[in-house]
Amino acid sequence: MAGGAGVSGRAMSVDTQTVLKIARLARIAISEDEARALEPELNNILGFVEQLGEVDTSGVEPMTAVIPNTLRLREDAVTDGNKRAEVLANAPVSEEGFFGVPKVIE
Amino acid sequence: MSDYRIQGETGEWEVVIGLEVHAQISSISKLFSGAATDFGSEPNSQVSLVDAAMPGMLPVLNEECVKQAVRTGMAMGAQINRYSRFDRKNYFYADLPQGYQISQLYHPIVGEGEVVVTLDEKDPDSEQKTIGVERIHIEQDAGKLLHDQHPTMSYVDLNRCGVALMEIVSKPDMRSPQEAGAYVRKLRSLLRYVGSCDGNMEQGSMRADVNVSVRKPGDEFGTRTETKNVNSIRFIQQVVEVEARRQVDLIEDGGTVVQETRLFDAARGETRSMRSKEDAHDYRYFPDPDLLPLELTEEFLSECKASLPELPDAKRARYESELGLSAYNAAVLTADVESYRSFEELLSVTADKLGKSEKDIATSTANWALSIAPGVRNSLGEDADLSHDTAEASAAILQMQAAGDISGGQAKEIYEIVLKTGREPAEIAATEGLQQTSDTSAIEAEIDKVLADNPDKVEQYKGGKDRLFGFFVGQTMKAMKGQANPQIINDLLKQKLG
Repeated sequence: MAGGAGVSGRAMSVDTQTVLKIARLARIAISEDEARALEPELNNILGFVEQLGEVDTSGVEPMTAVIPNTLRLREDAVTDGNKRAEVLANAPVSEEGFFGVPKVIE
Repeated sequence: MSDYRIQGETGEWEVVIGLEVHAQISSISKLFSGAATDFGSEPNSQVSLVDAAMPGMLPVLNEECVKQAVRTGMAMGAQINRYSRFDRKNYFYADLPQGYQISQLYHPIVGEGEVVVTLDEKDPDSEQKTIGVERIHIEQDAGKLLHDQHPTMSYVDLNRCGVALMEIVSKPDMRSPQEAGAYVRKLRSLLRYVGSCDGNMEQGSMRADVNVSVRKPGDEFGTRTETKNVNSIRFIQQVVEVEARRQVDLIEDGGTVVQETRLFDAARGETRSMRSKEDAHDYRYFPDPDLLPLELTEEFLSECKASLPELPDAKRARYESELGLSAYNAAVLTADVESYRSFEELLSVTADKLGKSEKDIATSTANWALSIAPGVRNSLGEDADLSHDTAEASAAILQMQAAGDISGGQAKEIYEIVLKTGREPAEIAATEGLQQTSDTSAIEAEIDKVLADNPDKVEQYKGGKDRLFGFFVGQTMKAMKGQANPQIINDLLKQKLG
């Protein structure tokens, strides 16, 4: 329950390289041109969100729900599973009860 | 505890080890779904739509998993965090359909604790060392990939996907492969005592990421590498040895250790760089918006506390102080759950049968459990059917021996027949003639005969030929067809020969 970020000093922004990196991490294929086009769009979003930094939230606990609520726990019991056909239904490839994916091995 | 040093060309190096142990939490269903967790089921048969990460599915936390993590933390005297939270650790891999693992980075459920390890558990005088535990957090396991079933594809089985794990992160407090091994053994014992993990390393219920760095003794920590998913204590120790050696050679050749993830190739006995991509560790953690913070009530914590069993160190101390066992026996009997459970059961049943206190018979029972019975089992090997090896049977044998009805040798013979056939010890003793008589008058009558038949030897004995005592014992035993209690023969003979 760290305190709020406080008033931020510098505005956050991304460059094309960062856009490409985020895309790679998210496994989204984009070209350099697309990355350059996305750069100002993402910076606009970041700039919009940055406005929140103008509010001093030090000492304010993060709100996790609009209405007071606590995490619901369930009993340890088997209530699900045993539905292989459903689980595999949308798989592009399935064989012998397994999903089939391009060979991934290091 | 140990001065393990690696000899380099520039002098001695010290190894620094930290372990991240992933222990599968013992639960019937998964961490966030109601699918079963049984090992070795048909592929993808224990997968819910939550585990398969179908759109719109929401995780619901399993209370038992929370309880087990808290109990484990309590067993390490650790700080229990009444407020914890789940975060998403984002990465893409074929065994992780969500594209993220739900874990706890910022607010783990358990904070700092410690584990006291003994380098040589069987040696009561072995020095002890306290290994710090940094934290324990709860997270999801990933699925399993099979690479050898198809020439061009990997097969994915999601049965393990979403099973609950505890990640137990140690401080970099270990300094030798032996210390790392002792730590994992103690951890395994603790988890099994608590019942939070079955500790089955062959089935992958416990695996470790091994962090290793080297330094000149007294220097700052060096750069560490992390060898992933090592699944046996022997391999953990081997990883420490080969990785420390590799780092020393690298540094002394003018290179630098790169902080990276490595994998252990057991067949070649070496570690290899796994993912050299610089962004492999860019997990972009953020709080999981599907899960509210986990807040534990005082009542929940006291339930966890109350359900903790007596822990290994306490039990070991009590075996010595209350039961009067030797330090060695206490250490061996408490090292694992099975050994202490079977001992305590045997002790309780035997004490009941004899109408004696557990303390009175603890030493003889421990002797039976640790030395005599295992000796017989080992000599039988494959011929022993261990399903016949019950506390009831051993207690019956110990009872007959304590009553003087059978000798120590006969006890072993009867136990041997029990293991082979499952017959009742009392019946075996009667049918096979494996008993001795403690009937004093019967023995006395035979002794009188022996003495009367050998007046010359009695004279010689009284004249100082002590060795003849054995002759009288032998003759009496022979007359009793080998079934007399030798202690009683001895005592009576001593009286009579005064």
